[in-house]
Amino acid sequence: MTVAFLILAVLTVAGTAAAMGLRNAVHCVLALTVGFAGVAAIYLQLDAQFVGLTQIMVYVGAVAILAVFAIMMTQRPTAEKPATYSSFWLTGSVIAAGVFAVLARAILTSGATTAAPAEPQISVQQIGDSLMHQYVLPLEIMGLLLTAALIGAVVIAMDHREESK
Amino acid sequence: MSSLQGYLLLSALLFSIGLAGALTRRNAIIVLVGIELMLNSANLNFIAFWRFGPHPEHLTGIMFAIFSISVAAAEAAVGLGIILAAYRHSKTTDLDQMNSLKG
Amino acid sequence: MTPSLDQIFVVAKQTILGHVPAAAQPLASAVLSVIPILVIFPLLFAITTVLERKGLGRIQNRYGPNRTGPAGFFQPVADGIKSLTKEDIVPLSADQAVHFLAPVLLAAASFLGYAVLPIGRNMVIMNMNAGVLFFFAVGSVVELAVFMAGWSSRSKYSLLGAMRAIAQMISYEVPLVLASVVVIMQAGSLSTVAIVEKQAGYTGIFPHWFVFTPWGIVGFVLFMIAATAESNRSPFDLPEGESEIIAGYYIEYSGFKFALFFLGEYLGMFATSGMAITLFLGGWSAPFSFLQWIPSYVWFFAKLLALIAGFIWIRGTLPRLRMDQLMALAWEFILPTAILNMLVAGVWRFMPAGIVRWLVCAVILAVPCALLAQGLKKKKKFQVRTYQFAE
Repeated sequence: MTVAFLILAVLTVAGTAAAMGLRNAVHCVLALTVGFAGVAAIYLQLDAQFVGLTQIMVYVGAVAILAVFAIMMTQRPTAEKPATYSSFWLTGSVIAAGVFAVLARAILTSGATTAAPAEPQISVQQIGDSLMHQYVLPLEIMGLLLTAALIGAVVIAMDHREESK
Repeated sequence: MSSLQGYLLLSALLFSIGLAGALTRRNAIIVLVGIELMLNSANLNFIAFWRFGPHPEHLTGIMFAIFSISVAAAEAAVGLGIILAAYRHSKTTDLDQMNSLKG
Repeated sequence: MTPSLDQIFVVAKQTILGHVPAAAQPLASAVLSVIPILVIFPLLFAITTVLERKGLGRIQNRYGPNRTGPAGFFQPVADGIKSLTKEDIVPLSADQAVHFLAPVLLAAASFLGYAVLPIGRNMVIMNMNAGVLFFFAVGSVVELAVFMAGWSSRSKYSLLGAMRAIAQMISYEVPLVLASVVVIMQAGSLSTVAIVEKQAGYTGIFPHWFVFTPWGIVGFVLFMIAATAESNRSPFDLPEGESEIIAGYYIEYSGFKFALFFLGEYLGMFATSGMAITLFLGGWSAPFSFLQWIPSYVWFFAKLLALIAGFIWIRGTLPRLRMDQLMALAWEFILPTAILNMLVAGVWRFMPAGIVRWLVCAVILAVPCALLAQGLKKKKKFQVRTYQFAE
């Protein structure tokens, strides 16, 4: 396990743990951005350049901004701050710890000790080719899904009061 | 412990952190953020297996990760729209107070 | 003479690397590549500030700064001393950590974009396989820094300015990427070095630059409009307009942090201009084949200075766009034109070379553009204004 991977792993886990633990919601999303950037760096380390850069562009550049906009629009500045954790936080933490224990045991006893194969020379042209030949149906369905999600999100979040005037 | 196990352990850790956040936070938006984190950890799993697997030139892991990122972004948009609509109705994002369907 | 002058920096770097022990060579290579960028582009920023003020002054029929130094060219030194020695005021209720990190993130993200720009032949810091995607990914980090600046100041004007700025930047990011997709389609690669190599040939004396094609001209214009909006330059500077919202998202910043915001904005402008040069204007290649004896980096900076002059000219000439006009322009004109441009690029590729494909592509682009521009006009008729003067 290389030093680079260890540093990135520590950074990612720290960012995501802060994202789930901080009190202020905007701080949570900013820490999450650090976590996303760490995951993108791990993708780049695994020679998946296209996915890593897409991760930065989509998650850091769009999803995080969407989350902070939503937080800003649902904040009530004069109300008292509610508690950070819900009333059954202990159950949730135990469940999450249990899930991690099961997964870790499965990973460590699986004997997946494959050495890293040679670096795959993936060009973006190959990704484009396979998107257009082998994966064209998922691509088209994804376009349909994104259009439906776009229209749906606008309709749901629209202010309907103006129509009833 | 080999490299692949290291990446898988990291992915499992991120998943359980996301799950802990989704189960214990009150703010609905942070719960959604936890779900995004779980999707991210699954993507990391895909890319790790793609890299260490037998046929990286088939690009299966990369394709799956790309589609997963798109679906996650769409789901985040719709989820936040729903949270905004719910906020407009009940004036709060506190999940513990949205229990009118309970009991 | 000319090949060695062209490659003088590459050869210099390799001789210095020869003196470094082999273990430290990757690190030394990285440092040697990065230091010129860190030196040259802030220097260019300093020169641009004074050129812009003098240029704007002349457009507005007045002198620009002409007191400090010969013809005012030591003005950036004076500005730098002022920024560095001003008191750093942070509001008491501001979020201290985020308030501090926002300008740092902005400047860092703006610097990162230079890693994939080929400044000369064989002179690129990182020849990434997905270089153009890296550039746009880093550009989208700037939006987060803008939000951090606006929100952490805990002030209504800065929050409003930040939200406007982010809405504008998100709206213009899509046309920016789509306008560059046509170039990627034609060059067949996301690597900036490969894109410039494709444009470095000559037929007769005329170059193969992508801007000399119908989809290239339209793509270049769309890219420059979107780049102006992405770096919040006039006429798209409503989020930071001085007469509208005082200073938008960096109201509560003073001193060096304000200078960092300024630096980040101008560096972003240079980086997107550099990307436009790489994608459309042939990067470091000379405009005519008999001018190839001038070194490649001289051509890159000459084109960069020409684009900066264009930015200054537009700033001095056009009035500021209102927020709804800005959004309407992005979503109702530039985005459909960018998508149409992609169709035209496809048509161009599959038609045989000649005058016919020029005419076909020009007609496919011009007619919808004219119709879309008609659609942007408001149909409201205004009443005749009557004035009542005090008697």
